[in-house]
Amino acid sequence: MAVSCARYGLREMFLGGVRSLEELRSRLSIEGQEAEIDARDLVHKEINDLIREAALSGARRITLLNVCGQRYIGTRLFLPQQDGKIEIHVYSTPGNDLGAFLAGHRIVVHGNAQDGVGNTMDDGEIVVHGRAGDIVAMAMRGGRIFIRDSVGYRAAIHMKEYTGKVPVLVIGGTAQDFFGEYMAGGIVILLGLNLKPGERHHAHYIGTGMHGGVIYLRGEVAPYQLGREVGVLELDDKDRRLLHRYVGEFARHFNLNAESILDDRFVKLMPVSKRPYGRVYAY
Amino acid sequence: MRPQISERYLPEKDSQACGLFGVMNTAGERFGGEMAINAMANMKVRGNGLGGGFAIYGLYPEFRDYYALHIMFERHQPGAKEMVDEFLADHFHVVYDEVIPTNKKATVLNPPVVWRYFVSPRRHPEEGNNLSDDEFVVEKVMHINTRIDGAYVFSSGKDMGVFKGVGFPEEIADYFMLDRLYKGYIWTAHSRFPTNTPGWWGGAHPFSILDWTVVHNGELSSYGTNRRYLEMFGYYCTLYTDTEVMAYAVDLLMRRQGLPIEVVSGIFAAPMWDIIEHMEPERRELYKTLRMSYAPLLMNGPFTVIVAHHNEMFGLTDRIRLRPITAAAAGDFVFLSSEEASIRAVAPRLDLAWTPPGGEPVVARLHTKDYLASLTRAV
Repeated sequence: MAVSCARYGLREMFLGGVRSLEELRSRLSIEGQEAEIDARDLVHKEINDLIREAALSGARRITLLNVCGQRYIGTRLFLPQQDGKIEIHVYSTPGNDLGAFLAGHRIVVHGNAQDGVGNTMDDGEIVVHGRAGDIVAMAMRGGRIFIRDSVGYRAAIHMKEYTGKVPVLVIGGTAQDFFGEYMAGGIVILLGLNLKPGERHHAHYIGTGMHGGVIYLRGEVAPYQLGREVGVLELDDKDRRLLHRYVGEFARHFNLNAESILDDRFVKLMPVSKRPYGRVYAY
Repeated sequence: MRPQISERYLPEKDSQACGLFGVMNTAGERFGGEMAINAMANMKVRGNGLGGGFAIYGLYPEFRDYYALHIMFERHQPGAKEMVDEFLADHFHVVYDEVIPTNKKATVLNPPVVWRYFVSPRRHPEEGNNLSDDEFVVEKVMHINTRIDGAYVFSSGKDMGVFKGVGFPEEIADYFMLDRLYKGYIWTAHSRFPTNTPGWWGGAHPFSILDWTVVHNGELSSYGTNRRYLEMFGYYCTLYTDTEVMAYAVDLLMRRQGLPIEVVSGIFAAPMWDIIEHMEPERRELYKTLRMSYAPLLMNGPFTVIVAHHNEMFGLTDRIRLRPITAAAAGDFVFLSSEEASIRAVAPRLDLAWTPPGGEPVVARLHTKDYLASLTRAV
């Protein structure tokens, strides 16, 4: 009885009422390589169907208007037969998991982003002209993410790298707790541009469980704000070249002066062990 | 014997998150349900249709001096209403009562009968005058919930009420015709995605005692400890879900013990010991004392709650923010939500949008800008 009631009671909140491409075609306009999609009241599958349709029709620059909370924008765009990558401009507030599994394309958000930006992103670029929520760049494995303002909890959680694939995350503001938690690879740069002079970063448990990759941090933190698995190091020339490159890119996206940002002191956080819990669970 | 027909719906286990929304006009102006309903519709993917509900404050100005009881009667217990009516007649002056009007065309599954009563306490001489009116009402609500099969009190405060059931929030709103019939200066709303406990009409959020309401996303793994502690103070959990303890805990700490939420948040979402160690001496003493005195009311596990009572609405997450919250302000309106987009869907022009650290409350109070305090360490 309970089971049949459950079937009756439980409804499909993701795919219920999804309309076909034919019904939605009036939402999409394409002129040459430019496309525009009116996303008002569309659900995420409908938006991604339209983006895919635009891409397959030859569009290379797609503008999404009236986006308000729809998830997974830009996923499902693995197009190995197609030449050239796609640039997606999002107005104004995309939902969770923006650019999840992103396959080399570029997403620019003209507003704030929510949780899970670049979740397991493979390659490409995400630029957010605003703030982002929790778990930015979760399990990211390639490409670059630039966030103009601050981010929430657990940014860069379990970011990873493998041979030549090294993901990069640059954040202009500050971050909340568990920044770089369980990080396994990649490059993370936290600029603290919105902190007042003398104000420390607010995050606690920075780099807890970190066992790979590197965090560059501009601005002050107290030792107790760091996880036990990270050590603090001074920068060498290789680090400075790397910062020069990615802070330069960040500054170009948001019209800032890279030199004045780079003039300030940075510290480097690296894991002290590749297997921080290796002895905890072994018996 | 007739087989028992279950009115509880067990979903297949799935991991997702509930949706929360709250909006308050800090000038005390009453407004309709449009914002709360549309914000919940915007976050449809956060629920699965197994629970939706709303709490409204400033709901019954014409009966503002009376306790408004919203009581649900399960249809397979036809005697329940009669027993409740007798019980109420015995312990209260019932000045007005009626069935809560519903839209017969709305698409909801197996609705119970929901009735409202406006009452004031009627004490028997042998009961004495030891209990305040509020305590008297709590005791009677507990009696109905624990002793009368098939009857559950949705809400029992003055000038407020809870409407909830099994369905998506916009369906529940349609069923109770919230957009057409009611106004208030605070609306909180919940979309449910039950994972650990069944979906049923009494188990939808908000949970309420007197005029306290709680909507909750997450799970309180400390439920057992919290529940046993609350029983010592006369609160009995009957609704098959963890959130109930939160409603009784705020009633105990904030109404009975008079603690402000700024202190209570240090009990529910107590900072970690190693953070407390690095606080200024005075704060360190306070948080140490709270952790030691109120350990059984630490709410462990992932949660975001929006709690409201007369004149106040606040949002709070667990101390390591395992569930999301966004606050926003536009003119006299303060918003709390699981997602920023749902706020922007109903208020495109915001003055501010922010997210405080885990364990720090966002407090909206009538005729103040107290919510700005949560901006200090927000992103």
